[in-house]
Amino acid sequence: METILSLKKLTKKYGALTAVDNLSFTIKKGNVYGILGPNGSGKSTTLGMVLNVVNKTSGEFAWFGGNIKTHEALKKVGAIIEHPNFYPYMTATQNLALVCKIKDVPKDKIEEKLEIVNLLDRKDSKFRTFSLGMKQRLAIASALLNDPEILILDEPTNGLDPQGIHQIREIIRKIAAGGTTILLASHLLDEVEKVCSHVVIIRNGKKLYSGPVDAINASHGFFELQAKNMQLLQELLIAHPGIENVSEKENVVTAILKEPMDAETINAYLFEKGLALSYLVKRKESLEEQFLELTNQTPSI
Amino acid sequence: MLRLLEIEYHKLRYSRSAKILVLTYFILITFIALIASIEFNLGAINFRVADQGIFNFPYIWHFNSYVAALLKLFLAIVIVSMMSNEYTNRTLKQNLIDGLSKKEFIASKFLTVMVFSLVSTIFLFIVSLILGLSFSDFTEVSIIFSDMEYIIAYFVKLTGFFAFCMFLGILIKRSAFALGFLFIWWILESIVYGVLKWKVFRASEVADTIARFFPLESMSNLIKEPFSRLSAVQTAASQIGSEIDKDYGIHWDQLLIVLLWTAIFVFLSYKLLKKRDL
Repeated sequence: METILSLKKLTKKYGALTAVDNLSFTIKKGNVYGILGPNGSGKSTTLGMVLNVVNKTSGEFAWFGGNIKTHEALKKVGAIIEHPNFYPYMTATQNLALVCKIKDVPKDKIEEKLEIVNLLDRKDSKFRTFSLGMKQRLAIASALLNDPEILILDEPTNGLDPQGIHQIREIIRKIAAGGTTILLASHLLDEVEKVCSHVVIIRNGKKLYSGPVDAINASHGFFELQAKNMQLLQELLIAHPGIENVSEKENVVTAILKEPMDAETINAYLFEKGLALSYLVKRKESLEEQFLELTNQTPSI
Repeated sequence: MLRLLEIEYHKLRYSRSAKILVLTYFILITFIALIASIEFNLGAINFRVADQGIFNFPYIWHFNSYVAALLKLFLAIVIVSMMSNEYTNRTLKQNLIDGLSKKEFIASKFLTVMVFSLVSTIFLFIVSLILGLSFSDFTEVSIIFSDMEYIIAYFVKLTGFFAFCMFLGILIKRSAFALGFLFIWWILESIVYGVLKWKVFRASEVADTIARFFPLESMSNLIKEPFSRLSAVQTAASQIGSEIDKDYGIHWDQLLIVLLWTAIFVFLSYKLLKKRDL
């Protein structure tokens, strides 16, 4: 598969602080990637480096195999970074026309792209009159003008109201369905989980995981169980060779699996030992729990 | 190159403040013509400025290029804000992400500076030519087109000054502060000159020689004030017993210093932009 972007040991230091630490990963054509990490983990700095606005300290990155200068490569990329930045005194159409000139693409796609983000009726309004949601949608339209090989979105729903978030996600889903490669940076798990096929998890500038979203759930999951005799239930579970860890919380016993096991198997085993369950459910850890586990964070309550 | 100019033109043409300032600037240049109508009576003497020979060829080239250069501050505001607004609107970041290289960004700005200077120079040339043809006592072609070096110096002076403004816009990132800094710099040059002249190198020409190399001083030295060259002033001076002996010419070494500063400012702008994280 064609490689669009590859990072090799990319590092950025701000004085003593290492914002991005030896980060390596590869973006292949046709996938939807998520960069996941808490605020301040180096996501935006990483994107800043590959987008020519932040100077790298060491390491390398290469666009489209590396035979092309970064600013030339960026003409084939569509990117929006955190804040939508446009000229406040120009209208939507005028701003997009300027982007067309910079990217060296014809202007005939402006209306089409404004249609995609539902801004066609405001095309002749000045940028400064737009709400944040509209600004963000205009930014997406601008990023799409050159029908990019890859669309890079950095926290595209940050600061938007629920309706705005919904609109943006719908737009992203539509674009992804069209086969465009997407790189989405976010600190929101469900955003990444809902949209992405691959994920790179970073914390403090270091890569913790990279691979398909499915494979992140490599663990075998866990059971949640309830019975009249909780004491016996726990003892029996601890005695089972396929169970790694047993804990009780709010009258529910959680048994983490060491190896793959069906709910049926455990039910039969406990019944055989003379215990009838009142509640049994098998669960895979959600990405959120995985993420918190990986980034060593406790869930906020 | 045309693409870079087009990009910059697109940015400027929709900005109302830029349009008003540029328009004001060019209208004010045409107002030089109004000097011709200045007329006042000193007792019995009727004094008319136009009769004093300020619109005579080739003197008019010197006079108009000096007076028009005083108006350059209007364009300086446009240039400083077209640089610093890219920072305050964070559009510089977006331009780079969209695929403009840092070199192209500086090139598009400097090309615009050159175009402004060139248009202003051509405009001044036309206004002076018309004024001269209507008021000059001599209209032989050889006289009309002598002393054209003032027009060249005018172009170099504007380009140098605007390159300085461009650099300040990038350095300071805020238009008001950048213009303030320009003013402070101007005062600073005078202070340094004063200290050199009256403290360090007393009673020698060394201070003047050094001051010739200061950026703003070198630009203002290009075209010297034309007033003491007027015959009326000369006569008045000789009557009170002082002789004005001044070199009003354009000197190639002075041109070279300004061109050097222009190159330095463009280069520093680029280096600064390259070094900065946005």
